[in-house]
Amino acid sequence: MSAALLEVEHLAVHIGGLVAIADASFSVPEGSIVSLIGPNGAGKTTAFNVISGYMRPTRGSIRFAGEAITGLAPERVAERGLVRSFQRTSVFMGCTVLENALMALHRRGKAGLLAALSPWGAVRREEAMLREAAWEMLRFVGLEARAETLAEALAYGEQRRLGIALAAAASPRLLMLDEPAAGLNPSETAECMALIRGLRERGMTVLLVEHDMAMVMQMSDSIVVLNQGRIIATGAPAEIRANPEVIRAYLGSEAAHVAA
Amino acid sequence: MSGLARIPWSWGFVLAMALLPLVFPDPYVLAVLTSAGIFIVGAISLNLLLGYTGQLSLGHVAFFGLGAYASALVSLGFDVGLGFGVRVTMGPQPVWLGFVAAIVVAGGFGWLLGRLAFKVRGAFFVILTVCFAQVLRMVALNWIELTQGPMALIGIPAFSLWLPGQGVVALTSKAQNYWLVLAVAVLAFLLVRQVVNSRMGRAFVALRSNEALARSVGIRVTHYLVVATVLSAGIAGAAGSLFAHYTRIIDPDVFLFIYTVTMVIMVITGGKGSLWGPVVGGLVFGLVPDLLRGRAAPEAQWVLYGVAMILFVMFLPRGIVPAVAGLWERRR
Ligand SMILES: Nc1ncnc2c1ncn2[C@@H]1O[C@H](COP(=O)(O)OP(=O)(O)O)[C@@H](O)[C@H]1O
Ligand SMILES: [Mg+2]
Repeated sequence: MSAALLEVEHLAVHIGGLVAIADASFSVPEGSIVSLIGPNGAGKTTAFNVISGYMRPTRGSIRFAGEAITGLAPERVAERGLVRSFQRTSVFMGCTVLENALMALHRRGKAGLLAALSPWGAVRREEAMLREAAWEMLRFVGLEARAETLAEALAYGEQRRLGIALAAAASPRLLMLDEPAAGLNPSETAECMALIRGLRERGMTVLLVEHDMAMVMQMSDSIVVLNQGRIIATGAPAEIRANPEVIRAYLGSEAAHVAA
Repeated sequence: MSGLARIPWSWGFVLAMALLPLVFPDPYVLAVLTSAGIFIVGAISLNLLLGYTGQLSLGHVAFFGLGAYASALVSLGFDVGLGFGVRVTMGPQPVWLGFVAAIVVAGGFGWLLGRLAFKVRGAFFVILTVCFAQVLRMVALNWIELTQGPMALIGIPAFSLWLPGQGVVALTSKAQNYWLVLAVAVLAFLLVRQVVNSRMGRAFVALRSNEALARSVGIRVTHYLVVATVLSAGIAGAAGSLFAHYTRIIDPDVFLFIYTVTMVIMVITGGKGSLWGPVVGGLVFGLVPDLLRGRAAPEAQWVLYGVAMILFVMFLPRGIVPAVAGLWERRR
């Protein structure tokens, strides 16, 4: 059993009078793919927002790599190696795909103001390294041919892929993906799965929120089921599929939803 | 971003501007271009904030005015009581020291404002910056022992430079001042270009384009906004220093809101977030008022400014330079 990279303990998030997360505890072991699933409004995105520093929890603690990160600003969380993608497509509009990748590689460089004013030697090498890494990332996600295209001119599926690439470019230890396959067709979904597997092979641990159950069942080492702000089950895909409460709360309703 | 900046015609433009006083030594034209040039330096500095980080500072003239006063006071010397029996006295210093002081003082206040103001964004930030400039204007009006208040600081020495073989030379002729402003403008342009094409400049643009995403990949918002403000303020301070030693007299009106508006108009019409935007916008709005002088009353001029501004926002929202660059790309 590998050590937990992320540990969430007794997390509660109240938004105004609404309880978005009542009490949630789960952990993500290093090197694994863990999925967080649940019906719409269950609190999955809220959990992402709190873990990545965009919202403060009402109660509870979040530990990453053994250190408390509760209440840290998003950029501080990212600096420690925890990076999330967004449910709504989020890229740097007005910038080319290559510029997007370079911006996302920020954490891999060091050059500050003085470096900007003396663009020789080490700074030049760093810039060359960043450009190489950006191209490499674009090749990896298959957007190499689109490098000079403005982000807003990409097709929807390409924008989603760029969104994942941006989170991955920050070379996180833990990559949190919020519905990466939302709105994708089956072949794009298959590409997306290959992409996530590739990222795991590069040493990233993945926390995945996804509605596509086939994808979740195939990819996850373990699954956490959230319903109305509470965790109702945790386990391997086979266990989750057979769990009566999960079927009642989610898989059943989802099936009914699809049938309707 | 701006591919235009790399094309050598830019150096041709600088060369042509540098040769102008030799082939066309009309003092009136040089005077108009010199004051336009000073405001172009201000607009270049504002563009770094407004164009690249996307923060609208409507108090930008504060840094310009701080630079003007700092530079004037250092070169004139001052003797001022701070209360509690403390007096600060300084004799007249060389003008280049005033220039450095202008950059340091304006940059320092930029740091202070950035630290305080970037806890808020959007409208609150805009209001804070406006208040900042107004407070400085009140200080300049009322701290008479230091600033002479509405009586103005007069007799400010002309800029002087050490020139090889000639020692320290005061730049009193129109052409000399013109060249000085041109040189500072070129330096400011190159400085800003260097910054925006670096890792830091990408961080600025990332914050403007999508702040939440920028933070998620580890870009420290406040840090970069403060750095951008310090840089921008420092350059605006340099422009203020040029202004003080060119006009040789300054009063609290250097903090007038209308100067901020002028710089904002220059940046927006030229094209915010493009390196040449403030230069083109600055030339247009630096020269047009003088072309209109004598033909239209100042009030009519301001109305024309307003109308031009509205037309720009409606028909060329991104500004002249990006529009022309776009046409150029399509023609090829
Ligand atoms: N910013 C917000 N303001 C008000 N309510 C919110 C906000 N964010 C989320 N919620 C509410 O919190 C609950 C959980 O939402 P969310 O985390 O987006 O669910 P999921 O991602 O699982 O679909 C929902 O009831 C939602 O309406
Ligand atoms: Mg969600």
